[in-house]
Amino acid sequence: MCTYATVSEQVDGSAKGPGGQWFHVTDATVYYDHPVHAMADHTLNIDLADPSRGPGARLAVELTRDSATRLVRAIEVALASAPEGV
Amino acid sequence: MSVAPRTAGHSIRKVSDSLSATTVSLTGADGAAVEAYLARPDGQHTRGGVVVIHHLPGYDRATKEMVRRFAELGYDAICPNLYSREAPGADPADAAAMVRAQGGIPDERLVGDVGAAAAYLRGLSTSNGKVGVVGHCSGGRQAVLAACHLDLDAAVDCYGAFVTGEPPAGFPLKVTNLVDQLPSLRAPLLGLFGVEDKTPSPDHVAELGRRLDELGKPHDLHSYDEAGHAFFAVDRPSYRVAAANDGWERISAFFGANLSADNSQES
Repeated sequence: MCTYATVSEQVDGSAKGPGGQWFHVTDATVYYDHPVHAMADHTLNIDLADPSRGPGARLAVELTRDSATRLVRAIEVALASAPEGV
Repeated sequence: MSVAPRTAGHSIRKVSDSLSATTVSLTGADGAAVEAYLARPDGQHTRGGVVVIHHLPGYDRATKEMVRRFAELGYDAICPNLYSREAPGADPADAAAMVRAQGGIPDERLVGDVGAAAAYLRGLSTSNGKVGVVGHCSGGRQAVLAACHLDLDAAVDCYGAFVTGEPPAGFPLKVTNLVDQLPSLRAPLLGLFGVEDKTPSPDHVAELGRRLDELGKPHDLHSYDEAGHAFFAVDRPSYRVAAANDGWERISAFFGANLSADNSQES
């Protein structure tokens, strides 16, 4: 299946990307489609990028559906553990 | 409606399997420079040409291997980098990610780039004037799209989604089905699909066959059991050797029947 499905969101933070360098990220793209590297037919893929710095300014992950679901829960738990404003 | 016996592929003149491959620059319909990967059999004998449309993940090594395989089969073959404008020189995966985030490639631009690639092939001294197109995944849909708008002699759709069928509501990528364009299909179509695929699903494939029957367009659609999407991809878990081997034979026969100088075009 080639889903084409893509969800985009603005983000503000940093990622460690090409060459081991940190860079500011502004855009997140999330899609469930074919991975480039992971050994699965489909994965939940996340790109954290700064398009103003060119296509190479990107941190990419490809996660199986189960592990992506667990990651979402882990993020929610981590966020819930700290009160707003901290 | 069948388009060719499979044995017809043996009719192509093939001198040897020596070939050369290089990068060239095309000029798109909008005037932009478009990088392209060109592979050519050795020798000055005339032969057909094949435009390879890369899949959504981009102008990558696996696609270039297919381009060289078409040269080994005896064709001048070329693959334009559809992401040249957005990400010149970028890693294919990075280029694909950037283009995906921007909403994909407009259909009109795709047609222009494939048209430039076909014109390049026809301009070669070895050209017999015949050019086919083949694409996988998103490129499968784009191969059909190109054959609806360009003077091409054969088209191969390998599991292209949304030739028929409706993209989900609120779809972020700018893709529509090609149902309203199928009456303009100018070339015989070979379609290769996996029964386990969901986009295109067996129902989508059946609808395509039904519509082409109604339109009187020559076509041969084949679906493989125990295969899903991307069964030609030798570097992915989706690879299915039996389906891929048979698919290559069908493509070889189909192009042999439709891209030889001595055949008459059906359409």
